[in-house]
Amino acid sequence: MSSITLETHADRSKMEVSDEVAIEIRDMNKWYGAFHVLRDIDLKVYQGERIVIAGPSGSGKSTLIRCINRLEEHQEGQIIVDGTELTSDLKNVDKVRSEVGMVFQHFNLFPHLTILENCTLAPIWVRKTPRKEAEEIAMHFLEKVKIPEQALKYPGMLSGGQQQRVAIARSLCMMPRIMLFDEPTSALDPEMIKEVLETMVELAEEGMTMLCVTHEMGFAKEVANRVIFMDAGQIVEQNEPEEFFNNPQNERTKLFLSQIL
Amino acid sequence: MSDMSYVRSEMLPERAPPASQIGFVGWIRANLFNGVGNSILTILSLIFLWYILSALLPWIFAPTWNSGSLNECREIFGADGGHGAACWGVIRERWVQLLFGFYPEAERWRPIVGFGLLFVALIPVLFNMISRRMNWVLLLAVLGLAGLYLGGALGIIAGLLLLGAAGFVGFKAFTTSKEDRAAEIESGAKRLPNPFIFSAIYPFIAPWLLWGGSIWLPVGAALGFVVGYFAYRFLAPVVGSLAGLIIAVLAALIWWLLLMAPMVDQLDALFTIGEGPGAENLLALEPVESRNFGGFMLSITIGVVAIACSLPIGVVLALGRQSDLLIVKALCVGFIEFIRGVPLITLLFVASTLLNIFLPPGTNFDIILRVLIMVTLFAAAYMAEVVRGGLAALPKGQYEAADALGLDYWKAQRLIIMPQALKISIPGIVSTFIGVFKDTVLVSIIGLLDPLGLSNAIRADQDWNGVVWELYGFIAFMFFVFCFSMSRYSMYLERRLRTDHS
Ligand SMILES: Nc1ncnc2c1ncn2[C@@H]1O[C@H](COP(=O)(O)OP(=O)(O)OP(=O)(O)O)[C@@H](O)[C@H]1O
Ligand SMILES: [Mg+2]
Repeated sequence: MSSITLETHADRSKMEVSDEVAIEIRDMNKWYGAFHVLRDIDLKVYQGERIVIAGPSGSGKSTLIRCINRLEEHQEGQIIVDGTELTSDLKNVDKVRSEVGMVFQHFNLFPHLTILENCTLAPIWVRKTPRKEAEEIAMHFLEKVKIPEQALKYPGMLSGGQQQRVAIARSLCMMPRIMLFDEPTSALDPEMIKEVLETMVELAEEGMTMLCVTHEMGFAKEVANRVIFMDAGQIVEQNEPEEFFNNPQNERTKLFLSQIL
Repeated sequence: MSDMSYVRSEMLPERAPPASQIGFVGWIRANLFNGVGNSILTILSLIFLWYILSALLPWIFAPTWNSGSLNECREIFGADGGHGAACWGVIRERWVQLLFGFYPEAERWRPIVGFGLLFVALIPVLFNMISRRMNWVLLLAVLGLAGLYLGGALGIIAGLLLLGAAGFVGFKAFTTSKEDRAAEIESGAKRLPNPFIFSAIYPFIAPWLLWGGSIWLPVGAALGFVVGYFAYRFLAPVVGSLAGLIIAVLAALIWWLLLMAPMVDQLDALFTIGEGPGAENLLALEPVESRNFGGFMLSITIGVVAIACSLPIGVVLALGRQSDLLIVKALCVGFIEFIRGVPLITLLFVASTLLNIFLPPGTNFDIILRVLIMVTLFAAAYMAEVVRGGLAALPKGQYEAADALGLDYWKAQRLIIMPQALKISIPGIVSTFIGVFKDTVLVSIIGLLDPLGLSNAIRADQDWNGVVWELYGFIAFMFFVFCFSMSRYSMYLERRLRTDHS
């Protein structure tokens, strides 16, 4: 596994965790057919937390965060996001989705739209923001991820790192309260990993609630306030990064850490 | 070790490619005569081409344009020259019939105007580089020319006025640059209406022009859509979108089936002068019966309607086939598989004979309308599968990204999925279009006088008994022009929609 060292040290002083609950997952279980992927998941995420989820391949990390914006449906238990429970009621689902941003491993930009259109699409059609205003917001976030000059290009003309930053900007344009990242850097070259991670660090410094599946342990140490280790569909261990890396308790965690560090 | 290290001291400048690569001679050498084998092939092909053309060209350029019958042609060429030269007199004498069938001569301006307006209606749909104002120039010009063609004091005055307006708008469009115009609009200048308005009303104008009758019929038909739209607009927020849609469709149906006819009668009465058989409706065109339709006019009518309707229906069917709703899915799959499993000719026979048996006696369901429905459904089934191919080619991530941004199903389909799926399917879609357009000749089998049906009728004339190649050649050429245009357009569209490196 790669271990990119971040050049800038994240300024933890700005990352405040409030005691307001952003996400609450209670006794959640999920099956794919007969396969029990997520087992008795209990998790409380407070506003402003930066959580890194780690674990071996197939342990259910992606499935867990995809349940939070209902890209996957859970069968048992409760998921409550910002006070809205995810049920089969589409209204609730839409409400949660417009408050939760998601960044994918393969960016999933819309190739037929320009960068700017990628960023304004959801604000215009979901939030009903006037086009002019949506474009201003989009340019603001594109500046923030440092690629305003690419606004009129198409995704296919950008490098992987640039595309991933656009994907982050696209999510931010919806003004989400929570951001989910599913291995945002694992399809990228080392040089590009750095630029994407730096964008994410900045986001954390602004107090965004983040859930991040990643193998970038440097990022976890710098930014996370909590690391969750999953294996076989269960949360095996969670702790502050310091403790988690230096003093793992569970055997599986120890094994995992010895393999990747 | 030392000869392994190398440091370039000077960067190389850019050079022009070798002379053999550029210019006409270079091209010929590189493409036609590179090597012995290729040279032999090139020479053989040239000989073959010469052989074909030396037989074909004299046949085509035969001076038989003015002949009045096959016998006259034979006289021009000597009795034995039966197939030594084309006998083009048949095209000169019958081309109008090949284009219009038995459409009454006095009314032929109507299909011509309809055809001209078709292009005006299509241009904003097909091309987006042509400006709003140029669209209106074209529209005004077509209408103006129609006025002049019609003649009469009124026609000429109206025609000149319209042409003048076209010239005025065109002049302004040419004299103000794009940037100036953008600035004018920015500072609040009034824009011309969106030309899509005309594209939207064209489907109501065209049948009126072709079949004639009261103008209130197309107006009433259009109002049905308006009724449905408003019903949906106001009810959907209250009762939900699916129920709203159903109510809207019902409202439109009620309008069409129950309310429209009385309205049309009332309005017709209002605009009719005189009474009894001599009465004249001011706002009606002379009705033309379907059996007088024929020739390319018929092919184009069927082709355009089938093409225009099959795409949206095909999209809906493709989406239905992917639906989670079991009944919707079963209906769509059943429809697609049934229609694809049956030859078009069978469907056409059903349209021409069987439908009459099922319909209540006395209903006169126009034969062309029946054929239109069958051909459209046939094309739609194929279209659905082509579109499904495009949908299947889209990565799952596109759906997930749309979901994650909070777009609902219809918005995701409209803004994300369909634009990409249709773009992927352009070659298949256009192949289907071309296939449908060519299949329109099958209607000759059920007795409609499409170009092929007419060619049989023409050959039955004793003047032209025995003329084959000229007629079929002409028909083939006309079809080729249309199909080749579609094919070129699709290539243009693919190039325009390319969004990777450029
Ligand atoms: N749509 C699906 N249908 C059936 N099984 C699935 C599906 N998606 C994932 N799985 C299975 O569920 C398990 C958990 O998958 P998940 O993608 O959540 O793992 P992960 O922890 O994200 O792994 P990775 O690090 O490789 O991304 C895996 O065993 C996978 O094979
Ligand atoms: Mg995963």
